[in-house]
Amino acid sequence: MNFTISLILSATFLASVLGLFMLVWAIATDSFGIGVKGAKQIFEEGEEGRVDDPSISKANAQAHKEELADEHKSMLERERIDQEILERVDADRSTSLPVLLCLCASVVWLMVGSVLGVIVSLKMHYPDWLNDTAGLTFGILRPMHLNAVIYGWVSSIGIGLAIWLVPRLFKCTLQLPGLALLGAVLWNIGVAAGLYELYSGRTTGIEWLEFPWYVDVFLVVSGSFVGASLFTTILTKPSKHLYVSVWYLVAAFIWFPIIFIVANIPGLFKGVDQSIVNWWFAHNALGLWLTPLALSVAYYLIPKIVGKPIYSYNLSLLGFWALALFYSQAGIHHLIGGPVPSWLVTLSIVQSVMMVIPVVAVAINHSMTLKGRFEVLIYSPSLRFVALGSFFYLCASLQGSLQALRSFNQISHFTHYTVAHAHLGVYGFVSMIMFGGAYYVFPRITGREWPFPILTSLHFWLVVIGFLIYFIGLTIGGFIQGVEMLDASIPFMQIVENTIPYLQTRSLGGIIMTLGHLCFAAHAIILMVDYKKGVAPNYMNKLRTLAQSHGK
Amino acid sequence: MERLLSIVAGAALVLMFSAMMLVVAPYLQIEAMGPSEGLKPYSEQAQRGRDLYVELGCMYCHTQQPRDPSFGPDNLRGWGRPSVPGDYYYDSPHQLGTMRTGPDLMNIGVRQPSDDWHLIHLYQPRAVVPGSIMPGYPFLFATSDVKVSGFREVPVSDEFKEPGRTVYALQPALDLVAYLKEMKRDYPVSVLEPKEEQL
Repeated sequence: MNFTISLILSATFLASVLGLFMLVWAIATDSFGIGVKGAKQIFEEGEEGRVDDPSISKANAQAHKEELADEHKSMLERERIDQEILERVDADRSTSLPVLLCLCASVVWLMVGSVLGVIVSLKMHYPDWLNDTAGLTFGILRPMHLNAVIYGWVSSIGIGLAIWLVPRLFKCTLQLPGLALLGAVLWNIGVAAGLYELYSGRTTGIEWLEFPWYVDVFLVVSGSFVGASLFTTILTKPSKHLYVSVWYLVAAFIWFPIIFIVANIPGLFKGVDQSIVNWWFAHNALGLWLTPLALSVAYYLIPKIVGKPIYSYNLSLLGFWALALFYSQAGIHHLIGGPVPSWLVTLSIVQSVMMVIPVVAVAINHSMTLKGRFEVLIYSPSLRFVALGSFFYLCASLQGSLQALRSFNQISHFTHYTVAHAHLGVYGFVSMIMFGGAYYVFPRITGREWPFPILTSLHFWLVVIGFLIYFIGLTIGGFIQGVEMLDASIPFMQIVENTIPYLQTRSLGGIIMTLGHLCFAAHAIILMVDYKKGVAPNYMNKLRTLAQSHGK
Repeated sequence: MERLLSIVAGAALVLMFSAMMLVVAPYLQIEAMGPSEGLKPYSEQAQRGRDLYVELGCMYCHTQQPRDPSFGPDNLRGWGRPSVPGDYYYDSPHQLGTMRTGPDLMNIGVRQPSDDWHLIHLYQPRAVVPGSIMPGYPFLFATSDVKVSGFREVPVSDEFKEPGRTVYALQPALDLVAYLKEMKRDYPVSVLEPKEEQL
């Protein structure tokens, strides 16, 4: 048995390394037919080297007039209609309804998730608060928080940004827009129904997979509707080069239904094998669903906003396939020390450490693209969020690799340290990038400017400060908790008492983050009701008149 | 078209590979082990209690996986011997947990056999464990200012309830206690696979 297992194990590892070498070889021989040209396809004539972010405030826009040339503005200056830019405007217009729906719904889920998060955090140090009914107990509200933010907030906005990105990258209109819209509507109905079921006590009892099976069917079907629309859109331009964001999106829409269906089959798994499938899924939900969604946005927005093609297109290819190979096998590090076969845990630890490769590839790529353009961070809200998210991706992943090592895991396992880490991934990395995406996309699809730049700044600083309080406090508290749990001479209740100040810190951080979200949600509402009747800075309306006068 | 196909196929292949290694292989290995000798299926009442344990999300603060001494002093804290896959044979959904805000419960029935203790603890944890941050579950109980026969009386001290009223356990509370008391994996297991070989 042991021999067979070590054989399988070595074979897996060899296959992974072999895959990596094949990739390096393919890149070296340029078999993918990519290169600088591919990286530059997101720019039209005259756009390269100029900053593009519709969320930049008017004051800042005037101050930085030289480098700032909005795509539409540069076109207006030339007084002629550039066909390719018009195609992009058409692309944006064709997706505006489903994208707007996803974005608005995601903001609602963000608020729901934040309030639930604050309540469960407070309950940790006010255990007698809201105890009178089953639906308000900690063990029910906590999974509601997780599901609201994972399937509601980040998934919904991720799907919305995916619908927006694909036609834009292919410079065509969204195909089967009705199906995409239906998918977006059904997805959010599914999330609402799922949360209601959890509140009513109908849970599967498996972390990250709490929604009952009929809700899962809803999510899979609606996700496939969106996927079908996106794939049809891609197929209308078969000769077109696939930009790196598209790889991530295509893969994400393939991966998510597979892992979600396998992990949710009722009655197939039980006991320990169920726990293994549980963490194979939960880790991949972040690694093969949320991570590609967020990276696809970052890979588009960072170069687009600073007006520079991505630093190394080849490196991004390496990062993509290495992520697929290693991330997909890392999940069982959640069960280190548990009653699972140790060959399996070892495999996951090795692959967790290998994750350093794709993460560093992405980090080099993003930071080198930003290099020399750091001043844009000062006045571009979108870029600030996305770049910060990209930085937290590096932090979260390196921390994850460290936590997977047995010696460190001994301390961090079963503690609040892990909760802090999870928030570094889903909040620091994914949510920050999604915020940046929202600031860029809302003006593009509504043709309206963000009315109060002060709310954008408040949002940024509140969530950054709140999150740092949350993360640093809980990391320290969790570390102390972990060290003390390893010392049998310290009574368990003493450890509980020692963690309380850090749990209170977490509540404070969470409340500040929620205030930031409130600014964001309020700002989005003000934009939607068109309080200022503004059209700048993206010149969308002017462009439409101009396009009409040119007989388009 | 070809490029799209290669990404779709590549992505699917990589994931299939991962599913073979991380789902199918361990599934076959663990299914072959069967239940631990000495493990009894849950009684009907305990299974009802277990369903309530799942519904109330006890798992978000309590693990059910005492680890090998090389990982931590779980045994010294009285949480029991390292668990093996066979101990979970009748567990669906699994409740291994990931968080120890509270102690491990794999052997709570061994170290806390008292019905009264469990019932008081579920009604108001701080009545028996000062400093506990576990929520109480008063909705699993009823209180009355007159004596009611036929219901299990819970001896909660006046400090933790409305004085003069008596606390009675409702059926779900009794089921949950039945489950907790059946949480006993103190029978010996011969092979401690998969703990023996370590990195």
